[in-house]
Amino acid sequence: MTDSPSAPPPLLQARGLCFSRNDEPVFGPLDFQLGPGEALLVLGGNGAGKTTLLRVLAGLLPASEGEVALQGRPVDRDHLARGSAYLGHLPGHKADLGALENLAYSHALQGGNPGADLAATLASVGLAGYEDSPARRLSAGQNKRLALARLRLQPAPLWLLDEPYANLDLGGIALVNRLIQDHLAQGGAALLTTHGAYAAPPVPVRTLALGPARGRA
Amino acid sequence: MNGPSLLAAARAQAVRDLRLVWRRRGDAAQPLLFALMVVALFPLALGADPQQLARIAPGVLWVAVLLSGLLTLDALYRSDVEDGSLEQMLLAPVPLAWLIAVRVGVHWLTTALPLVLATPLLAQLLYLPAELLPVLMVSLLLGTPLLSLVGAVVAALTVGIRRSGMLLALLALPLFLPVLVFGAGSVMAAAQGLSSWVGALLLMGAGLALALVLAPLAAAAAVRIALS
Repeated sequence: MTDSPSAPPPLLQARGLCFSRNDEPVFGPLDFQLGPGEALLVLGGNGAGKTTLLRVLAGLLPASEGEVALQGRPVDRDHLARGSAYLGHLPGHKADLGALENLAYSHALQGGNPGADLAATLASVGLAGYEDSPARRLSAGQNKRLALARLRLQPAPLWLLDEPYANLDLGGIALVNRLIQDHLAQGGAALLTTHGAYAAPPVPVRTLALGPARGRA
Repeated sequence: MNGPSLLAAARAQAVRDLRLVWRRRGDAAQPLLFALMVVALFPLALGADPQQLARIAPGVLWVAVLLSGLLTLDALYRSDVEDGSLEQMLLAPVPLAWLIAVRVGVHWLTTALPLVLATPLLAQLLYLPAELLPVLMVSLLLGTPLLSLVGAVVAALTVGIRRSGMLLALLALPLFLPVLVFGAGSVMAAAQGLSSWVGALLLMGAGLALALVLAPLAAAAAVRIALS
């Protein structure tokens, strides 16, 4: 990858990023960067370290080696966590609370725009009419949609999406693609993992292959 | 990027936690029922001699409160770990220690405070002399938040371990002991007419002040390590 010297610093840049668990390398060293409006698709089989990579980038796990820079500045784990929005395998909301209550909580916690219309956001992910349903009554796909609504409200420029297509129907897959497209159009960036090529965003995407030994950008 | 104000985040966290307690209000009554059971069993086992009961009342009440607090500790983070809410709290642009402080505050309000408020009733069951009740209440008001805060640190340490209930109890009990000794001790001292009960309460107050500042920070650090 070449950048002209005048180009703005990339949103996310990783240099020599490694993660080992109990001295056993999980991935890396990885070098890659992600600019505004770009999406990076992380490919790799089961156990290749896709989730681990995303958790390291989200600041949930400490990298064993290497460094990550956000907007040109090397950052520590806390700042990584604040600069990114993370969608993991777990729903991230309470099963006992209603969809709208869950959304209001995460919205307040993430410091989103106070004027945001939460009900409209729920409707935009296809959950209109489920505002007061406890999340435990929603299906797996609907829970994913609720997590996507949360993501949509987060002001973080970097989205880290771990298997965003899992459990979703065709309409849901199109929804994820539309959300990513909108996010990139606003100058955001997204890193996403997927097992298969059955679903991929309709935007120009670069791929990062994670192999057992080492990956390349 | 501007995060939310600490106050707004605290309000959101408190509202969420109170709602969750309300949705499961059956579970919320458990600590109270447990303490009531323990206290009610003593007169049955020891016989209803008012003098004997009055002598052991401060200790029994304190032990009942401490054990019922221990029972609720595991629930402090368990469900948040299992559904990924704790991850999202970790990623929020608000210090995790602040959110944990609010969480522990709500936990104390909903598990320990009802117990403290019910103490006059429980004390009656054990013939605690009326003049000792204020001392007991103050010792519980100072001691139970301290137990909650210390317990929050220990519970955070075991967040990453599945079925950690037993381990949690083993780790927490030694740390709870000083609180029990000073808490029950202050009432006992007052019962014997010693003036040292003031000192015991002051010491607990100092411990509470220290824990209020340090425990959330320690718990946040422990959660971070446990989730890695």
